[in-house]
Amino acid sequence: MKFWRKPLDLAAVRPARGRVVIIEERCKGCSFCIEYCSREVLALSESFNRKGYHFPKAIKPELCVNCHFCEAVCPEFAIFSVEEEAQA
Amino acid sequence: MSAKTAGGAAAAHPPVHPQDHLLRTDRLPHIWCTGCGIGIVFGSLMSAVMKSGLPLNDVAVVSGIGCTGRMAGYIKLDSYHTTHGRALPFATGLKLTRPQGKVIVASGDGDLFAIGGNHFIHAARRNLDLTVICVNNLNYGMTGGQQAPSTPFGAKTTTSPSGSPDQPFNFCALAAACGATYVARWTALHIRLLTQTIGEALAHRGFSFIEILAPCPTAFGRRNKIRNPLDLLRFYYDRSVVKNKISPDQAVMDFQGNLVVGKFVDVAKPTWLDGYRQVNSGQVGEWPEVAAEVPIPEKHLLGA
Repeated sequence: MKFWRKPLDLAAVRPARGRVVIIEERCKGCSFCIEYCSREVLALSESFNRKGYHFPKAIKPELCVNCHFCEAVCPEFAIFSVEEEAQA
Repeated sequence: MSAKTAGGAAAAHPPVHPQDHLLRTDRLPHIWCTGCGIGIVFGSLMSAVMKSGLPLNDVAVVSGIGCTGRMAGYIKLDSYHTTHGRALPFATGLKLTRPQGKVIVASGDGDLFAIGGNHFIHAARRNLDLTVICVNNLNYGMTGGQQAPSTPFGAKTTTSPSGSPDQPFNFCALAAACGATYVARWTALHIRLLTQTIGEALAHRGFSFIEILAPCPTAFGRRNKIRNPLDLLRFYYDRSVVKNKISPDQAVMDFQGNLVVGKFVDVAKPTWLDGYRQVNSGQVGEWPEVAAEVPIPEKHLLGA
């Protein structure tokens, strides 16, 4: 992560880390989560689900900071993030 | 079951979404089209209800007919899907029989303002303690995209193929003029602000009205050259300007220019139940209250 000015508590505070979970069968492929992911974790997958929609997949899962925005912006309740151990 | 353990065992147990306990998951995936904004508003509503800490046994969701009307069918709370336009009369009855409960009316612009317009103005006038969430998609989406009272001037719909000749309602100004005590408007992408506003509206005592401008790419966007859901969502969001606490008359939605969003009205006024209790307990005197020192119109001031 780049910093404009090095924070004083950089050693003590670790950026939060999350893991994206995608419920593929609920997805309708609107790609809101892909567009509005602030860390660009997601991309549209090549494969499709039972209804024929391309669902997102996590291409850079290690970048997720557990901001829950994908969870909020998904109109299908098909994606959410869970907290992981903070980055070392 | 926590979300973490469920997410780990993906194949054997499908992952459990954090909002699944408020959803009738057997009905998912829902009927709303790809990129419809109602799902986002629905998620916001559920987060706001959870964050408010209200006892879930005392929260009811009432909706009318239309795409947004399906919300009552997907939420795992007390809910009722009323006939067309009659969500507010039903909610009124529910609130008066159980005043300690929280009644949320979630409906579309066609249901609340076209067929149910008269019910809306009177519910707002009485200042009933209801939370009204109006998802405005600028047309009648469920029936195939006909012209609605919210359709902007010049927009194409199935019943106005060469552009709507009518001027649309300004719902926020209408609600405020009728006596609503909490009025706000957001677009579907203002998710955090919307969740916060719904939470405030749930805590607010009196008639609270929230309008959400939601994309309808299938019925409205397709006929107005914004077929892609993402483009339509961005079209509304990019044009929106947040102006809090301005007069709702000034909060115009000009699709050529700016769409004014924000929280416009937040005032405290006695609700209908306050007035009803006051009248029944005999605290209201004779009408009109004729006092001895009633000012007599002064003729010399009138120029007579």
